[in-house]
Amino acid sequence: MDILGFQIPTYGWQTVTGSAISGVFLGSIYALVALGLTLIYGVLHIINFAHGSLLMLSMYAVFFLWAGLGIDPYLAMLLVVPGGYLFGYVLQRSVIGQVSHGRDEIILLVTLGVAIVIENAALFFFSADERSVQVPYDLDGLDLGVTFVVYPELVALAGSLLITLGLWLFMTRTDTGKAIRAVAKEREGARLVGINVEHIFAVSFGIGTACVAAAASLLAPTYAVHPQFGYLFVLIAFTVVVLGGMGSFVGALAGGFVIGITEQLGRLYLGESLGLITISVIFILILLFRPTGLFGQTPH
Amino acid sequence: MVRRHASLTVKSMLEVTGLHAGYDSLDVLHGVDLAVDEGQVVALLGSNGAGKSTLNNTLSGIIRPRLGSIRFSGKDIVGTSPEYIVASGLIHVPEGRRIFPNMSVLENLEMGGYRRGRKCRARNMARVTEVFPRLAERFSQLGGTLSGGEQQMLAIGRGMMSEPRLLILDEPSLGLSPLLVEEMFTLIGQLNEQGLSVLLVEQNVFQSLAIADRAYVLENVSVTLQGASADLLDDAQLRRSYLGM
Ligand SMILES: Nc1ncnc2c1ncn2[C@@H]1O[C@H](COP(=O)(O)OP(=O)(O)O)[C@@H](O)[C@H]1O
Ligand SMILES: [Mg+2]
Repeated sequence: MDILGFQIPTYGWQTVTGSAISGVFLGSIYALVALGLTLIYGVLHIINFAHGSLLMLSMYAVFFLWAGLGIDPYLAMLLVVPGGYLFGYVLQRSVIGQVSHGRDEIILLVTLGVAIVIENAALFFFSADERSVQVPYDLDGLDLGVTFVVYPELVALAGSLLITLGLWLFMTRTDTGKAIRAVAKEREGARLVGINVEHIFAVSFGIGTACVAAAASLLAPTYAVHPQFGYLFVLIAFTVVVLGGMGSFVGALAGGFVIGITEQLGRLYLGESLGLITISVIFILILLFRPTGLFGQTPH
Repeated sequence: MVRRHASLTVKSMLEVTGLHAGYDSLDVLHGVDLAVDEGQVVALLGSNGAGKSTLNNTLSGIIRPRLGSIRFSGKDIVGTSPEYIVASGLIHVPEGRRIFPNMSVLENLEMGGYRRGRKCRARNMARVTEVFPRLAERFSQLGGTLSGGEQQMLAIGRGMMSEPRLLILDEPSLGLSPLLVEEMFTLIGQLNEQGLSVLLVEQNVFQSLAIADRAYVLENVSVTLQGASADLLDDAQLRRSYLGM
């Protein structure tokens, strides 16, 4: 096919289906990163600019646990998820919350500052080199006929779905989860029933960070880490959040899959470098035609 | 006789003295004295913008006072957190209800008992649904989809979930139909008969004075008038300056 002098290749349906399936796996990771972003947005009403650098930091944690102690990256989840939660909690409670005095526009800038500090620290301590975890099973997998999926992709999908389900149960079944939802929509009402709003802010930030820590575990067998690792993922996760609707869990999941599939098909047809443009195009289209996203509520 | 700027003599459940509060550069309360005794309904009157809600927010710890003391059950609560104040039994049902619109009626009520244990929660839930059977019928409905009257019931029910000893109601009849306003005042009387002390902020002056033991009029940053409800109804200054007659 030839469009405006640009060669668009034609593929058989197996290739296209295979590409879409790998998009599902990639999308599940985007969903997980977006889940943390959307949760923090829903509660604190800010875009957490530090989200990408926290993902990068978690990737290094997984890498060093593997390189130093020989801990399998999936097993490392048991350490980096609680660690990420604590780090996020303390970061919000004692840095971001303290500096910003509860003013949303300052929180935004502070997260940007935190991102810059973390990235420069990573550059200083870990250098700009790429580092990657080597696992013996990264090329093993299942033959689905149309495509071959490696175990890391399957684990990523299963892990993301389980974490999303777990988080949904937490938000709807536990007092703390309900308090998070209460604070998200009605801060003053929440204070008046005796919810410690600052604590809930920090818990939300902690859970958001735990999500990227989990994503880091799932990404480690297939992606190499470097200090700028977070940028692309978070840019994409942000698109996912906007597509799904700011603050929506279901939206993050659905948006993750849509973006993952689009990206893979884009790569297939437009090539590695141009493929990502499809995501930007989606982003602009949402902003033009449905700024509240697929599952977003219209602001009142 | 109506006493003006009288000093407090009896030990009260809530005792506010010399309270100064406001926002940034705006002085709203300038030396407010007020008391609620155990088992009383006390009405807080005053025109729009007089500072009634500001006073309530200061009592519940949402706003820090600049000066003055707030004693609840003999303890100074100035500088403590809203959570602590809720736990100690002072519950503020705010103007505009501030229920959780994205959560079910049941979840709203559960959040009302956030500071209480599970066992207390079941007991309080039973009590709330007895007072408001209509809320029980709508347990699974989202708070934001309730009618105005139901939302107000939910706000009060949510407040009752934390076993208040003193309930502050800020304009509970705002936006309700005359029939519902009537119901609201009957309800406040009932809650009071069950032993609950109430600080009632209202625009409906006559109905408030009818159920209140005592009343305060907040005006120009401080209390300008206080006394027993019956006396206030007869007071010439109140009639002239506030009731417009
Ligand atoms: N959050 C706020 N920030 C700044 N000023 C406020 C705020 N809330 C109320 N005010 C001002 O404080 C004064 C008293 O308001 P308020 O306490 O709401 O009065 P009332 O409840 O008696 O109508 C008004 O002049 C109002 O404009
Ligand atoms: Mg008011």
